[in-house]
Amino acid sequence: MMSAPAPSPPLSAPMPTPADMPATPPAAAKPRLVVIGNGMAGMRTVEELLKLAPDLYDITVFGAEPHGNYNRILLSPVLAGDKGIADIMLHTHEWYAQNGIRLHAGDPVVKIDRRRRIVYSASGKEVCYDRLLLATGSKPFIIPVPGHTLDGVIAFRDIQDVETMLEAARNHRHAVIIGGGLLGLEAANGLLRQGMTVTVVHVADSLMERQLDKPAAALLKKALEEKGLQFLLSADTAEIIGPDRVTAVRFKDGTEIPADLVVMTVGVRPNIELAKEAGLHCERAIVVDDTLQTYDPRIYAVGECVQHRKATFGLVAPIWDQAKVCGAHLAGAGHRRYVQQATATKLKVTGVDLYSAGDFIGGESSEDLVLRDPRRGIYKRLILKDRLLVGAVLYGDVKDGPWYFDLIQSKTDIAAMRKHLLFGQALCMQAA
Amino acid sequence: MNQSLNPLITTVTKTTCPYCGVGCGVRASMQADGQLAISGDEQHQANAGRLCVKGSALAETVSLDGRLLHPKIRSNKSGADSQAQRVSWDQALDKVAQGFGKIIAEHGPDAVAFYVSGQLLTEDYYIANKLMKGYIGSANIDTNSRLCMSSAVAGHKRAFGADLVPVCYEDLELADLVVLVGSNTAWCHPILFQRIARAKEARPEMKLVVIDPRRTATCELADLHLPLKGGTDVWLFNGLLSYLSRQGATDHGFVAAHTNGQEAALQAAQGCGDPEQVAKICKLDVQDLLSFYSMFATTEKTVTGFSQGVNQSSSGTDKVNSIINCHLLTGRIGKPGMGPFSITGQPNAMGGREVGGLANTLAAHMELDQPVHRELVQNFWNSPAIASKPGLKAVDLFHAVERGDVKAVWIIATNPIVSLPDADQVKRALSKCELVVISDIMEKTDTNAFADVLLPAMGWGEKDGSVTNSERRISRQRAFLSAPGEARADWHIMCDLARRMGYSGFDFSAVHEVFDEHARLSAYRNDASGVKRFFNLAALTGMDKQAFDALQPVQWPLSASADGAEKTGVARLFTDHIYAHADGKARFIATMPKAPANATSEEYPLVLNTGRVRDQWHTMTRTGKSARLADHVPESFIDMHPQDALLFGVREGALARVASHWGSLVARVQHNGGIARGSIFVPIHWNGQSASDARVGALVNPVVDAVSGEPEFKHTPVRVEEFPVSWHGFVFHRGELALDDIAEISHWTRIQGQQFTRYELAGRLQINAPGQWARTLSGVTDEDADWLEYLDASAGVYRAVHLVDDRIQTCVFLSPRPDLPARTWLAGLFPKDRLEDADRIGLLIGQPIERGADTGATICSCFGVGRNTICAAIREKNLRSVPQITSCLKAGGNCGSCVPELKKLLTEMQVQIAA
Repeated sequence: MMSAPAPSPPLSAPMPTPADMPATPPAAAKPRLVVIGNGMAGMRTVEELLKLAPDLYDITVFGAEPHGNYNRILLSPVLAGDKGIADIMLHTHEWYAQNGIRLHAGDPVVKIDRRRRIVYSASGKEVCYDRLLLATGSKPFIIPVPGHTLDGVIAFRDIQDVETMLEAARNHRHAVIIGGGLLGLEAANGLLRQGMTVTVVHVADSLMERQLDKPAAALLKKALEEKGLQFLLSADTAEIIGPDRVTAVRFKDGTEIPADLVVMTVGVRPNIELAKEAGLHCERAIVVDDTLQTYDPRIYAVGECVQHRKATFGLVAPIWDQAKVCGAHLAGAGHRRYVQQATATKLKVTGVDLYSAGDFIGGESSEDLVLRDPRRGIYKRLILKDRLLVGAVLYGDVKDGPWYFDLIQSKTDIAAMRKHLLFGQALCMQAA
Repeated sequence: MNQSLNPLITTVTKTTCPYCGVGCGVRASMQADGQLAISGDEQHQANAGRLCVKGSALAETVSLDGRLLHPKIRSNKSGADSQAQRVSWDQALDKVAQGFGKIIAEHGPDAVAFYVSGQLLTEDYYIANKLMKGYIGSANIDTNSRLCMSSAVAGHKRAFGADLVPVCYEDLELADLVVLVGSNTAWCHPILFQRIARAKEARPEMKLVVIDPRRTATCELADLHLPLKGGTDVWLFNGLLSYLSRQGATDHGFVAAHTNGQEAALQAAQGCGDPEQVAKICKLDVQDLLSFYSMFATTEKTVTGFSQGVNQSSSGTDKVNSIINCHLLTGRIGKPGMGPFSITGQPNAMGGREVGGLANTLAAHMELDQPVHRELVQNFWNSPAIASKPGLKAVDLFHAVERGDVKAVWIIATNPIVSLPDADQVKRALSKCELVVISDIMEKTDTNAFADVLLPAMGWGEKDGSVTNSERRISRQRAFLSAPGEARADWHIMCDLARRMGYSGFDFSAVHEVFDEHARLSAYRNDASGVKRFFNLAALTGMDKQAFDALQPVQWPLSASADGAEKTGVARLFTDHIYAHADGKARFIATMPKAPANATSEEYPLVLNTGRVRDQWHTMTRTGKSARLADHVPESFIDMHPQDALLFGVREGALARVASHWGSLVARVQHNGGIARGSIFVPIHWNGQSASDARVGALVNPVVDAVSGEPEFKHTPVRVEEFPVSWHGFVFHRGELALDDIAEISHWTRIQGQQFTRYELAGRLQINAPGQWARTLSGVTDEDADWLEYLDASAGVYRAVHLVDDRIQTCVFLSPRPDLPARTWLAGLFPKDRLEDADRIGLLIGQPIERGADTGATICSCFGVGRNTICAAIREKNLRSVPQITSCLKAGGNCGSCVPELKKLLTEMQVQIAA
C-alpha cells in the first residue's frame, strides 16, 4: 500500500537540472509535457488538463497506432457492423493541430532516459520532457500454446485486429474465440453478425465469471446460443493447428474443432516494459499514488498500465476518474485524489440486457437478494454487506442498474429499503 | 370447477333466508347468464325488502363445490380404509334401518338417538320427532337449538306455561326503550337492528340500552352501554326488580289479577336491593346502573330483547326469568311496544320447538310428562309407541354415546364436533359409536369424518317447506334449484327409513302433506275438552299443494279455520292476560343469582367468551364458500385487552394459544377495543376444515343450565400463551391444498377467495430450501414451469408465483415476521384470464408497481437515460453540447457510445426550439 502522495513539484519554479542535462528549455519557454500512448486514457488526461490550463504545456504525444485517438470500447460495434471507424474517432489529427499538440502516430517510444528526461521513439525522435505521462495501456495476452503464432491467430485490441477479423469473415467460415469474458463474447457476437460460425471456448465453467454469477451466466449462455453462438466450457486449449494458417484448435482432452480464425480474448497484460526499463517501480503494473504520480515525481501514469493500491484497471469508468485527477495535478491544481470506485459492466450485444456492478461474489458476511422470472428471462441479484449495497448482477431487466450502481458508490444505507430494493427505484421511491 | 346449477324455474321465487332467526323474505331468480340473483322480498313483513350482507351473498353459497351428492358408506372409520365408498340409496338406508333395528331390538329404544338442527325445515323436524317419539319410542332427539335458545324455552315455559314469545318485531319499533341483553343484534340479527336504528332515527327520544360485557357493534347506537361482568345478569335484573318495586313501578292490578309468585321473586331479589352492591358485583358504574334502572322504571313501552348472552349460561333459565319478572311486575306484556323478547339465532329454531324437536318436549307444544298429552299425540299419530320420559339433551347425549349407552346416532344438518362444548369429547364419542349416520349437504365437515353412513341432503334453494322466525311468523322456504346428484329432502330420507323399519304413518307423497299433518296435530283436540294450547295452526290445515305453495308469511296462532279466506295471524300474545298455565296466570320465578359454574383460577385466569362475527354463520359450511363474506374477518382471532396481552406475553397480530381444562386452540391476537380486562373473545365459526386448530368448542366447559340443559358457552376459564413460530406465510392457490401432513406447517387457516383458496400459514420448523418446498407445496414438478421467485435468504424471506399461460395459479409468500404484504391486490389477479406485464412485475412484491413517467427509449444504457428525459433536459435547461448533457444527466459520460445519438438529439431539439 502506498503512502500519502508526494506533493507535486511547483511548475512555476522549474526543477533544478543536473549539469549533464542538455535540453533545458529557455526560461521563457513553456514546460514540456510528453505523453506516451495516444489512447483513451492519455488523451482524456490531456483533455482534462486543457480544460484547466489550456496553455500551460508544450505537448507532444507518441502513439504506436497510426490513427488519431479512437474509442476502443466501440470496436465491438464496429466489428458487428453497427458503427464505422469514423463513428468511433475521439480525436482527429485536426484536433491535435488545433490544440497545438505534436502527434507522432505510428511511432512508439522505445526508451526513456529519466536522468536526462528524454524519450526516444522507434523512428529515432528524441524529445525532452519536464513532465512525462505514461499511458501505454495494455496488450492482450496470447496463450503460448503451440501454434499461437500461426496466421489467423489474433487478439481483439485495436483497429488492426478488427480489420483482420472482418477480412477473415469475408474469406473464412470457422471462428474460434478463446476466452468467454466480456471482450470475447463481443468479438464472438461481431463475427457471428459477420456471418461466421463462431465457437466460444472458455476454460472456466461459466461465462464472464468475473462479472456474472452462475445463474446469470447460464441465462446469458442460453440467450447467446439462441442467437447462434456455440460454446465449449471448461475447455483447455492445448494446441493451435495449421500449416501456415490455422485450421483447427485442439484441446487437452484430445478433441479438435475446425478454425480458420482464432481470437484470443483471455485478458490483457499492462504494458510496462518501457517503464521497467526506465527503472520505475512496477509491480503488476506501474505503481502510482493517489495523484497518479509514479515513483519518479516528474512522471505520471494513467489507464490500464497503472497499479493503484494493488488494483489494475480495464474498464473505462475508473480511467476517466484517473484522467480527471491526473489532469488536475498536471495543471497544478493538485487538490484531487484518485479514489477507487466500484465498477459496472454492460455487455454490448444487441438483445442481451446484462448489468453487473461491484462485488457480486460476496462472502460470509454478505447477504443476497435474488429474483428470478425465467419466462421473461429476468434474473437479478443484489449483494448486501452490513447495511450497504455492494454488488449487483442484473440480467434481462437492467433499467435499475445505474441506480444500484449509484447506491453502491454513494454507500447509501439501504436497510430501510431492503424489502423493496430488488423491485427497483420506482417502488422504493413510492414506498419512501 | 363450479358445477353448473340447475334452475327449476326462471321466474322469481319467494323464499326465506336460511340464516338467523329474523327470517327475512328473499327473492331468488335465475338471470339470463345463469347466475342466481338474490334480493330482499319487499312484501315480507320481517325485512320489507332489506337483506344483510350474509343474505345478500346467498348466491355465492349455492355452488356445488364440496357438496355431498351421493350416499356413502365407510366400512372402517378408524382404519386405513377410512375413505367413504359411494353406495345406492337402498344400500345406505338398509344399513341404517338394519343398524337401528338391531340396536333397538338388543338394547331398547333409548340406545339410539337423533341429533338434529335448527337448520331443518319444520316438516323435516316434524318427521324426525314423530319417528323418534312415536315409533322408535324414545325421546332421544335433541337439536343444536339446545345450544342457543333452550334457556329461553325453559324460561317461557316457567313464566307463561308454554314456549311462547309474546311480542313481535313491530314492538321494537313502537317501544320507547329497547334493552338488548347479551345480544350483538347489529351483527347477528342485522335487519332487526336496522329496524331499531330506523325507528330511533325517526324518534330520537327512543332509547337503546345495551347490556353486554363486550363493547360490540350494537353499542354504537346505544344511549347507554352497561358492560356488565359476564354471568352477573341475575344480579342486575333482580336489582332492577327490587328497584322497580321500591320506586312504585309495580302494576298492582295486573300482578294481582294475572300473576303468581311475585312475593317469592321479590324476596329472592331482596339481596340485590342495593344498587351500589349490584354495581360492584356487575362491575358497573353505579350511576350508569341507576340511570338504566330509572329509564326502565319510567318507560312504559319497554322491550327487553335477549339472545345467547343470556341463554348460554349455567343459570340461563334464571336469567330469562329475571328479565320476564321485571315485565310482569310492571305489567308490560301483551301490549304494543312492550314485552320480553327472545331473539333466536337459527332460521327455524322456533319451528323445531313447535314440532317438539327437543328431548324434553313432545310435539305441538305438548309435554312428555303429561299422560293426557302423550295420549293425545299417540292417538293422533296412531303410533305403536310414545316416549314417556325426557330424552337426552345435547351434551348428555354425546356423553351417553361415549359411555356406550347410546349405540347409534343420526346427526342431521349440524356439526357437533365444532359446535358442542368440550367438542373433543364428541370426537371421542363418535369414534367409539357403533353406528353414526349423518345427513348433510357438505361432503367434508369435521363431524362427517366420523360417519359410518353419509346421506346427501338437499340444501337451501333446493328444499321446500316452512320455517318459523323469532316473532312466530311461519314463512315458506321454496325450492328454485333442482336437487343435485342424489340429494333428497330430509323428511323424505327419514320417511324412507321409517318405512324400511316397518312403520306406517310415513307415507307422505309431498311436503305439504307433512305440513298439513303438523297443522292438524296443532289443532287436534285443542280446546277445553282436550288440551288447550296456544300453538294452533287450525287455519292452515287442509291446504293442498297449490295452497301451501301460495302460503303467505303468517304469525301463529291462527285458530279459526277460514276456508279460502285471508289467513291472519296474531301479532302479539297475552293481550287478554290469559297465560298457558292451568290457572291462566303468568308466574314470577324466584331467581337466585349464581356465579358461572367454573371460576377462574391461577392456572386459567381469563374468561373465554364466544360468539359470532358479522359475515359468517355457524361452522361456515355455507358462508365459508363466499369470498365476499370471508373478507370481513378472514381468520379466527383472540380479542383481548392490550394489558392482558402484555401480561400473558402475546402480541397483537401474532398467534397465541388459548387453553382451558378441556382443550385448546390457536388464533391471532387482536385488540378490537371492546373487551374488558380479564376476559377474551373467540368466534365460534372456525373448524377443522377452515383452520388447523381453531375450534373454540374444544375449549368450552361442558357445563349446562340445570333446567334447560343449555351449555355455558359464554364463560370458560382459560389461559393465553405465546405460540412461537419461526415463519409466517400465505399461499393463494387455484384449488385446494392438503396441509395437514406438512411438517413445517404448524398452523393454517383456509379462506375462500374468488377463484382461489387462500391459506394463512405459520410454522415452527425452519423451511430450509424454500424454493423446493414451495414447488412441492404447489405441486409444480416441471423445471421449466413459469415460476417467479424472490429470495432474501438471510432475512428468511421467500416469495414465489406460479403462472400457467400467463394466468396466476399459485403464490407463496414466506417471512420470519408477520410482515407479509397485503393480500388484496394479489387476490384481485385470480379472476383475470391473462396477467399483463404491468401486473406481472408487481407479483413478487404483492402490489402494483407504479410505472414511472415514460422516459422514452433508452439512449444511454450505461446510466439508463431515456430519449424523452434527454429531450426534456435539452429544452428546459437549454443545453447546447454533449458535455452539458453529460454533466446534467450523466448520459454519454461512461463508454460514450451514445454520444453520436446525443449530438443528433441536440440538433433535432435546436431545430425544434428555433421553429
